[in-house]
Amino acid sequence: MKKHLLSAADLTRDDAELVLRTAEELRSLADRPIKKLPALRGRTVVNLFFEDSTRTRISFEAAAKRLSADVINFSAKGSSLSKGESLKDTALTLEAMGADAIVIRHGASGAPHRLANTGWTRSSVINAGDGTHEHPTQALLDAFTMWRHLGGAGKNGGGLDGRRIALVGDVLHSRVARSNALLLRTLGAEVTLVAPPTLLPVGVEGWDVATSYDLDSVLPKADAVMMLRVQAERMNAAFFPTVREYSRRYGLDSRRMGLLQDHTIVMHPGPMVRGMEITADVADSKRSVIVEQVTNGVAVRMAVLYLLLGGSEPAGAADDRHDHHDSAPATDGASQ
Amino acid sequence: MTDYLIRNARPYGGEPTDLLLRDGIIAEMHPSVPEEGDEGARLEGHSVRSSGTEDGDVETIDADGLVVLPGLVDLHTHLREPGREDAETVDTGTSAAALGGFTAVHAMANTNPVADTAGVVEQVWRLGREAGHCDVYPVGAVTIGLEGKKLAELGAMADSAARVRVFSDDGKCVSDAVLMRRALEYVKAFDGVIAQHAQEPRLTEDAQMNEGELSGRLGLRGWPAVAEEAIIARDCLLAAHVGSRLHICHVSTAGSVEIIRWAKSKGWNVTAEVTPHHLLLTDELAGTYDPIYKVNPPLRSATDVEAVRAGLADGTIDIVATDHAPHPHEDKDCEWAAAAFGMLGLETALSVVQHAMVDTGLLDWADVAQRMSTAPAAIGRVGDHGRPVAVGEPANIVLYDPGATRVVEASETASLSRNNPYAGRELPGRVVATFLRGKATVLDGKLA
Repeated sequence: MKKHLLSAADLTRDDAELVLRTAEELRSLADRPIKKLPALRGRTVVNLFFEDSTRTRISFEAAAKRLSADVINFSAKGSSLSKGESLKDTALTLEAMGADAIVIRHGASGAPHRLANTGWTRSSVINAGDGTHEHPTQALLDAFTMWRHLGGAGKNGGGLDGRRIALVGDVLHSRVARSNALLLRTLGAEVTLVAPPTLLPVGVEGWDVATSYDLDSVLPKADAVMMLRVQAERMNAAFFPTVREYSRRYGLDSRRMGLLQDHTIVMHPGPMVRGMEITADVADSKRSVIVEQVTNGVAVRMAVLYLLLGGSEPAGAADDRHDHHDSAPATDGASQ
Repeated sequence: MTDYLIRNARPYGGEPTDLLLRDGIIAEMHPSVPEEGDEGARLEGHSVRSSGTEDGDVETIDADGLVVLPGLVDLHTHLREPGREDAETVDTGTSAAALGGFTAVHAMANTNPVADTAGVVEQVWRLGREAGHCDVYPVGAVTIGLEGKKLAELGAMADSAARVRVFSDDGKCVSDAVLMRRALEYVKAFDGVIAQHAQEPRLTEDAQMNEGELSGRLGLRGWPAVAEEAIIARDCLLAAHVGSRLHICHVSTAGSVEIIRWAKSKGWNVTAEVTPHHLLLTDELAGTYDPIYKVNPPLRSATDVEAVRAGLADGTIDIVATDHAPHPHEDKDCEWAAAAFGMLGLETALSVVQHAMVDTGLLDWADVAQRMSTAPAAIGRVGDHGRPVAVGEPANIVLYDPGATRVVEASETASLSRNNPYAGRELPGRVVATFLRGKATVLDGKLA
């Protein structure tokens, strides 16, 4: 793997499968009384959040702590960001303090690239969401969740070959959609972006995905449906006429849920706008894996931190062998 | 005053010629006669030799292999003074201009205070005269404070010592159609021109880069070509309707070239400029997220670059203008969205034009002189500049070595700023000397 995780495009298929297999190993920790491994003892992980995102921050924090890393939470929201200076100065400060990894959430697309490529810091940089660009660990946890439910191709695969995934909603402004489209294609899935034309990016035809304006026609073929949040500020910017019309055309309600195949799962990266893009009965249905996504987020972020900082082999299996794993040849190597 | 005898120089790239600069004019021109055993102090291969005569000193410059062009005229320069003297001053900006071969620059109005009164334009004009590196022609703001609401006192600026003829809200578009119409009409009284920064504001709110597949992938807000083209189309129609002169700043898209070509085919009085960076750089560079490549209008696609080159070659685009836009380091050493728009251009303009237009066979040196000196001087109504290289004409000339190459170094500049998008690139050519009314402002590539 590369030193940084800035974009889902940084991951080769081998990289991505390694993360998923490692996450599978680490996920079992959650079921044990002592949820901690010594893998990153003495390492420092900084959560550098220029935007509020409690769920992502605590997910990274839990992941780092379960690997015994020291965690520093640095919330820079509300400071004089308009000048942008604080990103550089903050990076220099963290560099001076000796951070091994910087997990950055920033409102400006490309801020993690700047952090990684300017020489401001030598740390590994993990993009925890930048502007409307990418959110690669979200894509990894989504892929992990799909993989657990939909299965990979072949015994050793972490892949999603041939699985049909629909991403529905505000693709234009969604970093989750960008990272998912890239990663799911890397893992062999077929991706369809479903949105009103106003919420599809210009040039999306070059993304190697299918697009549709018609949700009803996509749902019956999908193996997983991921609903994307529509942010409040889009509502008055003429992307669609009214919230009600959006919900009627692109919301996932119980009627549409009836169009799904039996095995199809429903996902949402959160936070949901219930009643807008997804109704409560769908979000709380048996198909919904939304809560599991959160659990999987910790495992996937543990895997990313471990692989970037701790070595290229999966952790977790050194002392404990799990009978359920059959997917990761590297596990055997690590356990010996 | 020192006279200069320039030997073996090639006017417009033509036959070797000796030129004598005396009393601020080109006093004599003769075909060169090959001379044996030429001596003198060799400076970078071009010797400067001094000798006394009864009239004063004569310096001889061996200009073997050098092209002589009329001193370049920039219709679009940001000198930042008054207000942002940390980025550039009239003195440093005109030094950079002279090093780039310019003998005249038009200083844009978006200073602080804005150049929207006779007082401010006279101040900039006076600072230019005091610095003495090249002539400074202030551009007056079209509207008070560049706010697009009320016309500035255009007549007062025209009548001032600065003799303003070019008016622009550059950096902002005069987007109000009525205001634009009135401005176009009003400046007819003193033969002025409105230089429009064509950017439909609603279509470009928070826009960061050229809208296309890459902006979608990078998550940077797109800046659609139509935002430029729609304003250009509207303003061409307005200029035709009221019979006024319109100049389009920094044309960047293939569609803009097409619209201007159409307007010119109608015989309308529309001129247009392209920047060196839009002749060379593409939006792919935004993929680095390095704001050194952030500029307004944004870098466009390779197709657009080809179109603006073709437009400049066939005369649809009249001139090259630098849009030299200095910014202090901290305004570029940050994340993309927080960074300032703009890039330096004065010291690299001729090299970029050689690379993009001459070395590609699209223009010869006479064409370059037309597009970087004659035509911009004509648009700006600048009498002493853009004159031919001929006996009796003002000795505003540049000696340029098209055979040189260099790797651009950001720190090697007279500008106070370092936002040079060509840093690290190899570019052809080197300005060897610049003369302003017979006085050397640059000799051997250094400020004289």
